[in-house]
Amino acid sequence: MSKRLKEKIGFTVLRLAGLLVIIILGIILYDIISKGIGVISWEFLSQMPRNGMTEGGIYPAIIGTFYVTIITALVSIPLGIFAAIYLNEYAKKGKLTRLIRLAIRNLSGVPSIVFGLFGVALFVQGMGFGTSILSAGLTLGLMTLPITVTASEEALKTVPRSYREGSLALGATKWQSIRTNVLPAAVPGMLTGSILGLARAAGETAPILFTGAAFFLPFLPDSPFSQFMALPYHLYILATQHHAISQVRPLAYGTALVLITLVLIVNLTAIIVRARFRKRFKR
Amino acid sequence: MSNMNKLASDHNTGKGNHNSPNINKMEARNLNFYYGDFQALKDISLPIEKNRVTALIGPSGCGKSTFLRTLNRMNDLIEGSRVEGEVLLDGENIYRKEMDVVELRKKVGMVFQQPNPFPKSIYDNVAYGPRIHGVKNKNELDRIVEESLKGAALWDDVKDRLHESGLSISGGQQQRLCIARALAVKPEVLLMDEPASALDPVATAKIEELIEILKENYTIVIVTHSMQQAARVSDNTAFFLMGELIEFDKTEKIFENPSDQRTEDYITGRFG
Repeated sequence: MSKRLKEKIGFTVLRLAGLLVIIILGIILYDIISKGIGVISWEFLSQMPRNGMTEGGIYPAIIGTFYVTIITALVSIPLGIFAAIYLNEYAKKGKLTRLIRLAIRNLSGVPSIVFGLFGVALFVQGMGFGTSILSAGLTLGLMTLPITVTASEEALKTVPRSYREGSLALGATKWQSIRTNVLPAAVPGMLTGSILGLARAAGETAPILFTGAAFFLPFLPDSPFSQFMALPYHLYILATQHHAISQVRPLAYGTALVLITLVLIVNLTAIIVRARFRKRFKR
Repeated sequence: MSNMNKLASDHNTGKGNHNSPNINKMEARNLNFYYGDFQALKDISLPIEKNRVTALIGPSGCGKSTFLRTLNRMNDLIEGSRVEGEVLLDGENIYRKEMDVVELRKKVGMVFQQPNPFPKSIYDNVAYGPRIHGVKNKNELDRIVEESLKGAALWDDVKDRLHESGLSISGGQQQRLCIARALAVKPEVLLMDEPASALDPVATAKIEELIEILKENYTIVIVTHSMQQAARVSDNTAFFLMGELIEFDKTEKIFENPSDQRTEDYITGRFG
């Protein structure tokens, strides 16, 4: 085999591997859109489910996912950013720092169902929040924490040392330097990473399964201590647990389409946020 | 190094043609500095005369920048670093326990090698220092910003676009902006770490002119790679080699009649 042919084959294999990513995403999107678009209507988005969830809409599931994602954000974004600031700016190299990093890496490897069980033990029972939006949001928040910490730390690392030195040399305290110079430059990256983490969390089923998501509720949640319906869990039920599975299959695809659209919108928001900040900082 | 004591008495012929008495604004005494196990500065004793420009020269890695950074304790930021000996500012050791580093850095300002304006407006860059030190009054900030920009010979260039980004001006202007930013906190000493090495010759000349003016009111310590620059702008010159202070004297003496062979080799370009 000539060198050139080898080169060509190698190149083709690599390119196919790259293209495969697009193809997979394309197939998933095509499948969901083609089978789900038929049931999408204003009613589907704005109505309660009816007739044992064989008719009507998924409004409560959309609202439930929205609420629980807000709690997740309130938990994971501040905690993640604070932890990242500590790790990147204050922590000295040593045992404790290494331990924290090890913990973060392992936390991100814990299966989501284990987080679900942990949420039951700690929030549902331990703290007595019951099966609720709060418990589920806290559980998802903890699950997202490693992503937020890592993204925030990466963002802090990209801030040039000269910003820190420049302000310290003017007599700023470390915190003044971080607050007025480092954070403004790091916030876009922090937000982007955190929002991507949230998008991931919004689609999770296992952690909310035992901590607050309900099979069916005829009313909307009215407090953080209410149970709620959520899109991923609703999808799971329609796809596997329903008594008339083939009848609700289109509804399942419709739910999947809504969920995936919401996630894409959230990701798009992250991109826009980043672009806007970038413009502001590069004159 | 025996010239150091002599220096204080016979400096009336120095280039800085003013009447202030030759007192030492700062002084390093038997200063050692370590990065971990590596000793970057070896027993440095060096006076920094008030209202004079002191140039630190020497080949890369000789410790001149490290020395500069011991003068405002910027080296404190480096993990695993260690200082022995004393650095005096107005007769008091800046490494003493109760020294407030914030106060020190207000008095001893610094300009870096790469112009490093913050990603803020020109105005906010200059106002940054006064603001963190508690100045809130708009009129006072306006006044400080104007004064500092004038002090850095940048006012006429930017007075009509104070609210544009500090990154939108040329490299030379950015460096003068950084000088203005340092002046805004009213320092007494200005440390400059190769302030012109990233600039073109025209911008470099402007910075050098500025240094000439600034020394009327400030004590300046400048690290430079350029022999010509050291000869042009400084009153005193210290030559560093491998962490040691080889020679310190008036600039004319160093360049015309150095006492140490190694100094002569360096300034005549035989190594470094």
